[in-house]
Formats: sequence, C-alpha cells, structure tokens
Amino acid sequence: MSIEVRGVGKRYGDFIALDDINVSLPTGQLTALLGPSGGGKSTLLRIIAGLESTDGGSVEIEGVDATKLPPQKRNVGFVFQHYAVFKHMTVAKNVAFGLEIRKRPKAEVKTKVAELLELVHLSQFAHRLPSQLSGGQRQRLALARALAVEPSVLLLDEPFGALDAKVRKELRDWLRRLHDEVHVTTVFVTHDQEEALEVADEIVVINEGRIEQIGSPDQLYDEPANDFVMGFLGAVTQLGPLRLRPHDIEVAVSPGVPGSSPGVVLRALRVGFEVRLTVEIEGQAEPVLVVLSRTHARALDLELGSQVWLSPATGATTVPAFGVPRPEAVVS
Amino acid sequence: MADTRQIRARKGPVTYLLRAFVIAYLAVLVIWPLFEVAKQTFAPADVGDEGGVGAFWERLSDPSVTYAFNLTVTVAFWAVVINTLFGVGISLLLVRYQFPGRRILSVLVDLPMSVSPVVVGLALVLAYSTGKGWFGEALASVGFYVIGTTPGLIMATAFVSLPLVIREIVPVLEEIGADAEMAAHSLGANGWQTFRRITLPSIKWAVVYGVVLSMARSLGEFGAVKIVSPGAEFRGETATLLIQNRYTNYEEPTAYAAAFVLVLASVLALVVVSLIRKEDHS
Repeated sequence: MSIEVRGVGKRYGDFIALDDINVSLPTGQLTALLGPSGGGKSTLLRIIAGLESTDGGSVEIEGVDATKLPPQKRNVGFVFQHYAVFKHMTVAKNVAFGLEIRKRPKAEVKTKVAELLELVHLSQFAHRLPSQLSGGQRQRLALARALAVEPSVLLLDEPFGALDAKVRKELRDWLRRLHDEVHVTTVFVTHDQEEALEVADEIVVINEGRIEQIGSPDQLYDEPANDFVMGFLGAVTQLGPLRLRPHDIEVAVSPGVPGSSPGVVLRALRVGFEVRLTVEIEGQAEPVLVVLSRTHARALDLELGSQVWLSPATGATTVPAFGVPRPEAVVS
Repeated sequence: MADTRQIRARKGPVTYLLRAFVIAYLAVLVIWPLFEVAKQTFAPADVGDEGGVGAFWERLSDPSVTYAFNLTVTVAFWAVVINTLFGVGISLLLVRYQFPGRRILSVLVDLPMSVSPVVVGLALVLAYSTGKGWFGEALASVGFYVIGTTPGLIMATAFVSLPLVIREIVPVLEEIGADAEMAAHSLGANGWQTFRRITLPSIKWAVVYGVVLSMARSLGEFGAVKIVSPGAEFRGETATLLIQNRYTNYEEPTAYAAAFVLVLASVLALVVVSLIRKEDHS
C-alpha cells in the first residue's frame, strides 16, 4: 500500500470537515476522491500532502509514518487547482525548482527538465514566462514541476477545475495516458463524476466528511452502496418502489409488459442525441424522468400528452426507494 | 463600456471649469508656497549680499547644517532598515498565519499613522526616560540611553513610519495567495528558501515602494523627534529641527535652504515611486 490513512479527522470549530477516515491507496494506481464541494475531499488530500494538519489518526506514505512530517519531507508532488506556478520564473526554471532545492548537479537538472518538458509537450515553451501560457499549458507545467522531484505520490487538487470544458476533456485523457506511462501513485480530487469514472482506477466517494463507498468505477456505478452514491454518480429517478437511472427505463406505447406503470408525457426536452421525458404516473406524486435516444423516441412517435407504459429495463441498477426521493439526486 | 469612456473624454465647459479649479487649488495650497521657499533659498540674505547658488551652498556648508543633515540621513537610514525587516516580517505574520489577536495586531500596526507624532514622542519619553520611564532605569544601568540620543531619534522615526512598509506589502501578499509558497514547500523548499526564492520576488516592488515612502517620511519627521531630541546645535538637531530653530532665531535664509533640500528629496522620492509604479504595471 502506498498511502495508508488511519482514523484521520479534522474539525474547523463546530464544522466537521473529516470524520474518522480510514483508507488505503495501492501503489501505482490512479485514485479519485469524488464528492460534492465542501465534502472534505480536498482537506483529506491536503492532510496527505502535509499542507493541513490532522486532528488525530495517522498518515503513512510508502511505509513511513508521515503524520508529523512537514510537506517538504514527505516527497509528494502537489498540483493546485489554480496552478500555483512561480510567475517570475521561466517554464524551465519552474520545473527545475525542486531539483535545484535538492542541489542536484546542473547537467542532471538540465536533462531532467528537458525530459519532463518533452513529456508534457512544453519543450518549445521552455524559456517563456507562465503568463505567456494558456490555462491548460500552465497546469501541464505544474504537473511537470511536481513530477520533477520523483515523488512517491502525486496529489492533484481539482486539477482541471479552472479550465474550460474542452481543454478539461483533453487534459483528462492526457492524464490517463501520462499515468500509464509513468505509473506514479496518483490521487486526484474532483467533484465531476464523469471525470472520475473516465480516468480513475479506483474511486473513493466522500460526503460530509465520511467515506460513502470505495470501489472501481464499474462497481460504484453498478452496485452503489447507497442512495447518495447512486445519485452522485448520475441522474436518478423513482419508478414505483424503485430508484433507478432514467436511461434504464423501458418505454412502451401499449400495455404489453406485466407490471408496467401507465403514465402521460408531461414534458419532452431534446438535448443533442437524447430526449428527456417527464412522465406523470398514477399513484406517484413525483413525476418520472426518462432518457432515451432521439431515434428511439422518434420510432415510438412520442409527443406531449402521449400515453406510455414504463418498466425497469432488464439488468438495470436499482435501489429501493425510501420515502420521498432526495430532490438533488433527481436533478443531477 | 465604450459609451461611458466617450462621455469622459468629452470636453465640455464643466471639464474646463473643473480643471481650472484643480489647478488653482493646487497652486494656492502647494505650488505657490513651495515656490516661495525656492525663491527665498536663492535670495540674497541682506541688501548688498550675493544671492543665487553660491549663497545657497554657503548656507548649507555651515558645519551645524552639515551635522543636521548627516544626523537626519543616519536616523532615516536606520529607521528604514528596521522598518523594512520588521515590516516584511509583520506582513507575513498578518497575512499568512492565523493566531489569536491577529486583528488587534493589524489595527495596532496602523496606529502610528493616526496618532500625532508629538504623542508618539511623549509616549517614548514616558517609557524610556531615565527619570520616570518604565525601562529607562534598567537600560541606563547597562549604559544604554534612549531619550536624547541617536537611538532614541531612530526609534521615534521608526515608530512613525512603521505602517508605510506594511501597508504596501500586505495587499500584495493577500493578492498572490499562499499557493505558490505551498507548492514550493511540497517541492522540498524550507521556509527560508521559499521566502527568498518565491515570496520575496513576488513582493519585491511593494517592498521597494514602501522603502521609498518611509524614507521620504523619515527624512521629514518632526513632531516625535522634537520631543525626544535635545534639539540643540550639534546635539540631536536633525534637519527639520534645524529649520525650526533657525527660523525662530531670525536665521531665515539657512532655514529656507535646508527646507529646499528636504523638498528636493521628497520630489526625488515621488519620481522614484512613479517610475516603480510604471515598472510594476508593465
């Protein structure tokens, strides 16, 4: 195990940011800490890095108890959401910083910097100042700088949070490929479930200072431990006694399937290739959300006021509904 | 946005009126009085005496005047050195650390700006004079006298100009945030390395700016120094005290000459400051 977190907690006055966290992160993996804003995931990452102190418990990195070590002694690479590049130094100097602090020979620093700039595709910008780079380039610079010191773990705090959607997606793919190349144990914080599902080997879902579930993206998606995890990983709606994903609902225009619920289409919203239906069914206050492909919707000839019969698709992930569904789960 | 700019650029009668008013105001309040000082500086002392640069120079080379300016420069130099070191330290403390009493400290730092310098002088006398001071006796017993000596003058001047450096650095520190410093820490830099290689380059211009401002302030300090200093010729008489003493002793030409030098120093400081601002924004 590369990182062992045992019994870590953190309070700010009355607010409990983290409550008795226990998690072990295996070597060489790419792990996502996923959860809503203010859920404590960034705090946990900063405690691992030593940028924040823990109220109790211990943090072990590569078998060494790091609980009391200052950040500069932990040999971790940390990447900030807002890059935190050194504005007054050139790109090459930024990357060289950690090596120069470690008093490595000049020739070695030079080769290493060239190598890393090649890795993050910034070789031609070596002599520029960070202010002359785009956001995505700055974040790649920050990554190269963190990798330069050959950290035992690489920690990224919402690394793509400040970038626009397109660059974010590019960098996400790039991070995945980079990780396959360098294999350094990586932990990144995100509130974007798509990002976590796409990039991570393992996801730790954190909410209100507690771990809700740990597992692979498939495990989390297919077997959510609870309502919260299910709601956070994607849209959820309620159909009769079940909570399930809107795209896991079969729509029929005739009452063929046994146990299907009859309903009326209230709203239909088309977004690109998909159509989102709001269906009112008998005996349920909250309307049902259904997502189906544009082609499918057209084949069924659906429009406002159409009579439909809804049933869970075979193999759909469902959890039993308890009382009224939580509104944020339905909206997301 | 384009519209508002156009309205501002429009030259109507109001614009000219405002402009004339501002110029007249400045002329009455600043330009004319200072011009009089300059005129008096180069004027002949008596009917039949020679005026001009020669006379000005002669008044300045009087040993007591040289002494006064030497003392002023020494006092200002040490006050600025002390304020820069403490200013950077206190600024870091105020911005980067959370501790009980932080807000109180922040207010206390501003106090010298709002308290009259005369009060500062009185306070220092109360605290450090050998007769009734709290620390005076103890310090005097080890042979260190504060009141009436150069260290006392430096202390009074440093007290008065303390906020200038801090008020320049604090906003810059707040703006740059702590992320870069934390990144440096995580890359293995210790506190001093982080300060020297990351923090200092970022606040460099703010420090220089603060130093120039407090230098200008220190050269012109009068009230606090007046109380602390014995204020006699060759005995703790700084340039500002010299001006007052000579003026009241009917040696006005010397007073004007010294005043003119102080004005020149201030103008120089302002020029430096505006150059720094330009540099900072580019």
